[in-house]
This record gives sequence, structure tokens and C-alpha cells, in this order.
Amino acid sequence: MLWAEFPPGLGATIDFPYSCEERMSDVSQDNSRRRFLTAVTSGVGLAGCAAAVVPFVSSMTPSARARAAGAPVEVDISKLEPGQMMTVEWRGKPVWIINRTDEMLADLESMGEKLADPDSAEPQQPEYAQNKYRSIKPQYLVVVGICTHLGCAPTKKFEMGAASGVTDDWKGGFFCPCHGSMFDLAGRVFRNVPAPTNLVVPPYSYPDESTVLVGVGPEGVA
Amino acid sequence: MAKFMEWVDARFPATKVWQEHMAEYYAPKNFNFWYYFGSLAILVLVIQIVTGIFLTMHYKPDSQLAFASVEYIMRDVPWGWFIRYMHSTGASMFFVVVYMHMFRGLLYGSFKGPRELVWLIGMVIFVALMAEAFMGYLLPWGNMSYWGAQVIISLFGAIPVIGDGLAEWIRGDFVVSDATLNRFFAFHVILLPLLLVLLVYLHIVALHKVGSNNPDGVDIKKHKDDQGRPLDGIPFHPYYTVKDLFGVMVFLVLYFGIVFFVPEFGGWFLEKDNFAPADILQTPPDIVPLWYFTPFYSILRAVTWEWLPGGAKLWGVMAMGASIAMLFLLPWLDRARVRSIRYRGWMYKTALTIFVIAFVILGYLGTKNPTRIDLFAFPNVYWAQICMILYFLFFLLMPWYTSRDATKPEPDRVTDK
Repeated sequence: MLWAEFPPGLGATIDFPYSCEERMSDVSQDNSRRRFLTAVTSGVGLAGCAAAVVPFVSSMTPSARARAAGAPVEVDISKLEPGQMMTVEWRGKPVWIINRTDEMLADLESMGEKLADPDSAEPQQPEYAQNKYRSIKPQYLVVVGICTHLGCAPTKKFEMGAASGVTDDWKGGFFCPCHGSMFDLAGRVFRNVPAPTNLVVPPYSYPDESTVLVGVGPEGVA
Repeated sequence: MAKFMEWVDARFPATKVWQEHMAEYYAPKNFNFWYYFGSLAILVLVIQIVTGIFLTMHYKPDSQLAFASVEYIMRDVPWGWFIRYMHSTGASMFFVVVYMHMFRGLLYGSFKGPRELVWLIGMVIFVALMAEAFMGYLLPWGNMSYWGAQVIISLFGAIPVIGDGLAEWIRGDFVVSDATLNRFFAFHVILLPLLLVLLVYLHIVALHKVGSNNPDGVDIKKHKDDQGRPLDGIPFHPYYTVKDLFGVMVFLVLYFGIVFFVPEFGGWFLEKDNFAPADILQTPPDIVPLWYFTPFYSILRAVTWEWLPGGAKLWGVMAMGASIAMLFLLPWLDRARVRSIRYRGWMYKTALTIFVIAFVILGYLGTKNPTRIDLFAFPNVYWAQICMILYFLFFLLMPWYTSRDATKPEPDRVTDK
């Protein structure tokens, strides 16, 4: 279909007040050439409009300043006692650092059948954190505290059992108040909750014993 | 005056438009209570635009300043509290009026031919209104504003392949931030109001082309007098302008009653979590949208079946989209020969009743934690699933039950009660 015939049905029946033959009777008529030119002109015009959309659409993507704000964050964890948790901000997201006690680590092993992805098969963590504790050092968990369902912030529930207010056999973890997703102390998601995957482990590394560098992996790449 | 109008009419069709759409627009004479809500919707649109203009004079669309600027409007700007409460109450009342207006369509078959385009344009208005309300809700930059936006924008992330990039493009950042606030402000005060006004204009143009439906659902153009005026029609002006003015008065009494005495409406119009500034590290204990979105929000989180291919999240988003898309299809799903519920059989009446109950329960559950028990016996999520299925069955079974329903014969003329 030629653009000159758009919309269909209207066809090339634009009524000029006088026919071209009357006014230009001495000019030989060539309608196919005219239609071709109309089509090409319309096509070029449309391509120009499409090109003009690019800057506007691009202007809505994250700006250079927003991208630059993604710089790594250095965290001193020397004062983080066992069983405590701290929250730092990285790329505008809350990142949790948890010093897990030995009991907590022992409980992680028994979570198996309650979890949707106990072995962290989904790539929700860097390769160096794809182990049973989902961390570089077993003791310290570093995860992005954003629920993988719809981006809420889960709350920490470190009490055991019914005292946690979650379930009677609760062994500590996180509960998302928005839609009831549950995660264990390795950020692994439970079965039959809305969140589809484990919490994200960001790239991080230990420049020294008591410092975590969030945003840069052990090999130095982000 | 006559000479002046003559001068104008030679240059602009003022009298012609007035006659065609007001003084000589013949509307059925049997309009009832349900026919107030169209004109009320226009009234609320005007209120929102006017109060909105005055709010923008003091509001700052900046994540550092927004929350404080709203408090400044509430405390320091003369009459600022009044204008802001008019705007926030107006948002909720807009949905009250529009839901009533849409329910009128379901009652009297106003969506059926030849009014399909009136209905479709109206549905586009509804979707644009939801976008307008959602974006406006972010502007006070309260904690519920922030997390509500975070959740709804993440929905786009459920779309395979392009999802994450799309969500990032909408936010203009990796999380909801100053960039998001600024663009939502632009959409809320420029793009969507312009669109809404244009769509309302098209809605009325389409309506006046085919003529208004009525509680009997009969075509008043079948019987005309010798001057071509429908026998059952009366001129919109002065008859319905006067009737609608009465509706406006009653509405304004209720509306200003809320504005002056219960502007938060017990947390339904303004949520308490939104009186705390946005905190990127702390989600409110329960993220719930305002009441007008809760039926659809309920459907979103009712889909928890992980065995669905692609995961429950994606299907939840699709179910929510489908729940609105279904409404668009109404003119083609309904196969009944009659329009009005007065002449429909028991099947449509039952279906519509169940639909309304399911919609209200979904709306209620949308404000509650899905794992708790607020009705009886089952956790909320199971009730939401039952109601979601009933919601969809109303539409999906409609071609079947409307074509088998025992309808009564429509009268030839409107019944004047």
C-alpha cells in the first residue's frame, strides 16, 4: 500500500477544487510517478520523525550523574557483633551486611526442602559467592535488601520460632511485609511465596580483614 | 447582543455548536440517578485542574524539597491546606464518580452498539486517569508514595527480555529517585491532563454522534415528531443542565464535607504512612495503594502459582493487565438483544451482582496483608483468588450467558416513571 493511499479507503481521492487536467492540460499526466514521489516523501518524513524520537527517549534513561553515583562503597565491619546486621547504601539500594553466629550458620544447612533454590542455581550472586552460605567468608552475608518480587524492603526477623511472628518453626531470616515473601539468613527464598528468586548478592570484596568493599569483586571488576 | 452573535457566527460557529450540543441536543427524558455521574466527572476534572494549577505555584518537584514543600503548602501558604485537601479529596472522588459512571454503563448496556466507541474512549480515559493518579501520588514524596512507585514500576521488570531496561527507563535511575519524581511531575501536570481533556472532548463528540442511552436502553430516535425531534427526547439545556446542577449541589455538599471534616477519610484518601518522608532504606509495614487501585492490586498478588511457565510474578502482572483489558472488550462479549438490565434475564442480573461483590471484596483485600485472615476460614490470598476467578468469569462466560438469557421484550418507547 502506498502512503498516498493512507488511510485505506480514502485512497488517492483527495479532491482538488479543479482537476489537474483543466489547469495543467498542457502537461502530460503521470499518476504513478506522482504516487511514487508522494510515497517516498512520506517515507522520508516518517523516518525523520522516528529519528527525532531518539533524543527524547534517550533523555529519559539514567543520566551520567545517576550512573556515576554507582561508585563502590567501603564499609568498616570491625564493630559488627555476631548476630547483628547493618545497612549501607550502594547505588541507591540498601545493602545488608550480617554477621552470622555459628548457630545461624548451622541452621542454614537444615533449610533445604523449605527453599525454592537452596543451592543458588539461579545467577543471583557472583560466582565467588555461589556456595552454601552465599558469601565469601561464611560468617558475613552481604545482600541487596530489596525483595525480588516487587522491590520492597524485607524486614529482619532474627528471633526464633513463634516469637518472630512469622512461622512457628522460624529459624531467622527476612520477611517481606508487602506480599509475605520469606528469605533465610543466606537470602535464599522460601517455596510458595511471591518472590521468584533468592536475594541478590552484589559484587563485593575484602580489601582487608575488617573492611567490605561493596561494588567491586575480589578480582577488581565491578 | 443579537448583532454581536451575528458577527461572531459569521466567523465562528458559536450558535451552531451551542444548539447542536446543548439547546437542541435531545437526550432521553427518563434519565435517573445514575446519569448524574458523567457531568460530575467533568466537574471533578475542572476542580483537579484548577486546584492543581495553584498547587504547582508552591510545590517543588525535587526529592530534597518535595516533602517539605507539601508541608509548607499545608502550614504556611494562605488557604494552602484547603487547596491541597480539595486536590487530594478530588482524586478519590474522581474515582468514586467514574466507577459509578462505569457501573451505569453495565446496568443499562450503554457500551453496546452503536456506542462502542463512546465506551472505548471512556476506557482510555479510565486508564489515563489511573496513570494520572499514580503519578500524582508520588509527588508528596512520602514513604508510601516512594514505595508504591517502587512496586508498580517494578511490575514492568516482569516483562521478559526488555523488562529491566524498561523499568530503568521509566525511573531514569536504578531506583526511584529525583529523576523519577521530576518526570512524574511533568507527566502529572502537563501530559496526562492535556490527554484527559482531549479524551473527554472525544468522548462527548462520540456520544453526541450516536445519542445518549437511557435506563430503558431503547432507541429514542425511532419515534420522531414532524420536525425530526425524538418524541421521548428533551433538550439537554435547560432540562438536564438544571437537573445536573442539582446533582452538582448534592455532590459539593458531600465533597466539601470531606474536605473540611475528614480530609484523610480514615486513611482511605490520605494514608498515614505518607505523612513520613520517603525513606529509601525502610519500607512501610504494609504497602498498599489507595483504595481505587486495590481491586486490581489484589488480582496482581492473587496469582501465586509458581508452576506457571515464566513464574507467578509475570502472570500476576498479566492478570492485572487482563482485568482492565476485559473491560475494553465488553461491547463484543455481550450478545444480549436488549441493553438495559430492566429487560435482561436472571443470568445477567446474577452475573453482574456476583461481579460487583467480587470487585468490592478484591478492593477490600487489596488493603490487607495476603497471608492474614481478615474474612473467615482462609487467608486473604485464597479469597482473592476466588474473587479473581469470579471477576474473569463474568467476562469470559458473558458471550454464553447473555445469548441464552431469557430477556423480556424491550418496550417501543421509554417508560416514564
